[in-house]
Amino acid sequence: MADIDSQTSMNRAETGALEVAFVRKELAPAMAPPVNESGVLGWMRKNLFLNIPNTILTLFAGYILYLTIPGLIQWIFTDAVWSGDDRLACATVAQGGELPEGWKAACWPYVGAYLKLFIYGRYPDAELWRVNITLFMFFAGLIPLLMPNLPFKRENLIFMLGIFPVASFVLLSGGNLGLNGFLLPEAIMEPSTLKFWVDFLILTLVICGLVAAYMKGTESDPIPAVVGTAIGMAVLALVLFVMSVDFGLEPVETDRWGGFVMTLVIAVTGIVAALPLGILLALGRRSNMPAVSLFSVIFIEFWRGIPLITVLFMSSVMLPLFLPDGVTFDKLLRALIGVALFSSAYMAEVVRGGLQALPKGQYEGAMAVGLNYWQSMRLIIMPQALKIVIPGIVNTFIGLFKDTTLVSIIGLLDFLGMINLSHSDATWATPVQAMTSYVFCAFIFFLFCFGMSRYSIYMEDRLNTSHR
Amino acid sequence: MKKTIVSALGVVALSVSALSASAATLDDVKAKGFVQCGVSQGLPGFSNPDSAGNWTGIDVDLCRGVAAAVFGDATKVKYTPLSAKERFTALQSGEIDVLSRNTTWTATRDTTLGLNFAGVNYYDGQGFMVRKDLGVKSALELSGASVCTNTGTTTELNVADYFTTNKLEYEIVAFEKADEVVAAYDAGRCDVYTTDQSGLYAQRLKLTNPADHVVLPEIISKEPLGPVVRQGDDQWFNLVKWTHFAMVNAEELGITSENAEAMKSSDNPAIKRVLGTEGEFGAALGVGNDWAFNIISQVGNYAESFNRNVGPDTPLAISRGTNDLWSKGGLQYAPPIR
Repeated sequence: MADIDSQTSMNRAETGALEVAFVRKELAPAMAPPVNESGVLGWMRKNLFLNIPNTILTLFAGYILYLTIPGLIQWIFTDAVWSGDDRLACATVAQGGELPEGWKAACWPYVGAYLKLFIYGRYPDAELWRVNITLFMFFAGLIPLLMPNLPFKRENLIFMLGIFPVASFVLLSGGNLGLNGFLLPEAIMEPSTLKFWVDFLILTLVICGLVAAYMKGTESDPIPAVVGTAIGMAVLALVLFVMSVDFGLEPVETDRWGGFVMTLVIAVTGIVAALPLGILLALGRRSNMPAVSLFSVIFIEFWRGIPLITVLFMSSVMLPLFLPDGVTFDKLLRALIGVALFSSAYMAEVVRGGLQALPKGQYEGAMAVGLNYWQSMRLIIMPQALKIVIPGIVNTFIGLFKDTTLVSIIGLLDFLGMINLSHSDATWATPVQAMTSYVFCAFIFFLFCFGMSRYSIYMEDRLNTSHR
Repeated sequence: MKKTIVSALGVVALSVSALSASAATLDDVKAKGFVQCGVSQGLPGFSNPDSAGNWTGIDVDLCRGVAAAVFGDATKVKYTPLSAKERFTALQSGEIDVLSRNTTWTATRDTTLGLNFAGVNYYDGQGFMVRKDLGVKSALELSGASVCTNTGTTTELNVADYFTTNKLEYEIVAFEKADEVVAAYDAGRCDVYTTDQSGLYAQRLKLTNPADHVVLPEIISKEPLGPVVRQGDDQWFNLVKWTHFAMVNAEELGITSENAEAMKSSDNPAIKRVLGTEGEFGAALGVGNDWAFNIISQVGNYAESFNRNVGPDTPLAISRGTNDLWSKGGLQYAPPIR
């Protein structure tokens, strides 16, 4: 701009009052870009019809969409039945209803009638508010945690990982856990809540003693480690105490849990347990201490070596046979532990990928500035390693979320289990019943999985510091 | 019974309960206050939850009957949905008190699993469904047919037995889930659909044009379905057995849930014995003397249970057939209460 201006003024100065035939006094307006390079047309040219193979694929895909989309819309919306009381609403004349011959579309009143069952399972009606509060707490805690701009991240995290699990346990199951002790033989003390706390105190002292001995052995100051252990045990005691308090809530056994709430319970437990366990296992596998690394390798390879369905099946069919006569563990608890251990093994390998991707200089740099092992992991290594493997982590989460449907093999009625169960109700039995419910199920699962995947892309972009 | 709740350290135990290893199921049940009943993962008319989540069905009614006999309250039942594979383990390990899950009574199951079958609350049998336009009148005309069925059940083996014995050609098209089998049959992937007859009636509702299909008269297998208990606990075995018998006896004597109260003043000694106004039959079973009255007034007699769950007025519309009383040409026969 400035150049042209000064040139023009120079020209004027040279030519003086002499008039030339044509001198442009102002800039020519910028022309619009060529029509086939911009706008809708340009976008189509670039993305849909760039060359011949591209064009063929576009036309082919368009044809497929033309074949499926109208039918889908017809099936889901325009032809679907939206109200009714029983199977007759969705039955053709031949099936005893009033719809025309050959009608096939979604039967939404059936989903409506079963919606409560799909979401809450067989949770007692009078206690549904407890589930609702839990769900509200979950989303109210999760959403601000996921938005990077909001403050109080640390408090939020403490709420989600500390308060929420305990609160949701108490709310969903009713709390009031009977604590009868576990250590001393009955001859010394009758089983009671007091005995439990005595046992717990003994256990705490033993653990603190072991830690102190170990620290002595490594010739470092035992005080901080022992204090840390004691605080940890105190927190555990507090958690157990809250769980054992009688809040006057009606106990709801897990055989009444079900539906989407159960899917969330399993998935969230798995996800929350998998990340920390996975990080520890990944560090353990790369550790120089042979015992730790051997344990980690065996653990990871064992759980990765068997299918989840086997884990669930073993936990539900075989475990009761190994336990002493009459001792039964809650089925859901068994499944939860199985899922958590299983997913932590996968998570460990994902995290290990991130650890190995970091250049050695990062480790050496951390050591050079005088950080100890845990400090360097926490401050230098993990933030970088985890950032690299965000897609892998979210991949594992999504896989876990979908794998929860496998629990229906052991008779737990999760979201999909409830949907399958509802097919057995003759009140709504029609040819379209199964399809309708599966479409509904797929939609809900897609919503959650797609949400997770989009969020992971968002986080990747945000944390991208262009090292790669 | 001694019930202790054990809490393992650090385990967020949802409910970890250790029941003492005594054989007296009845005492255990009385102490914990409910009957733990193993049911199916949804079989129409036998055990399936309705849209409000309440379990209903013939098998469920039996469990409710047991609870009524023990507690005088048919609602004191907790249900454990079990897959076909885990049902026996659940009973053996003491996870459930009674298995009422359309389980076929066979010699192997009765003798080798450490279990006892406590009667037959539904006589079923495997049947065939075909399209009317095939013009088939008997299963013996099915040579060369492709047969749709579920994988991994006795139905597949029964078909093999039947077709080989009668020297008929056949081809099995097997699927994992009942819904897939029906969809395949409806779409014409196979000529014949076979499963237990009660199942045929239930799945017929899911066909595009139910009137175009006909259930063939042949029953190719015996499937007596009944409740199962652990072996070696005769008291509990008796109670479950007589719960079913009480319902059948009540039907025979014309006692229903509506008239049970009025029937108490009947002069018929047989009715008086059932309703506990005469004799001490409840005490012998280890429950209250009004045990049968509670079953009948809260759950109903066998006919009421049948009609409510699978009978002609339900979508399943199964006729009594072999499940009618012995006096009406069926097989339901209960020893007298005396």
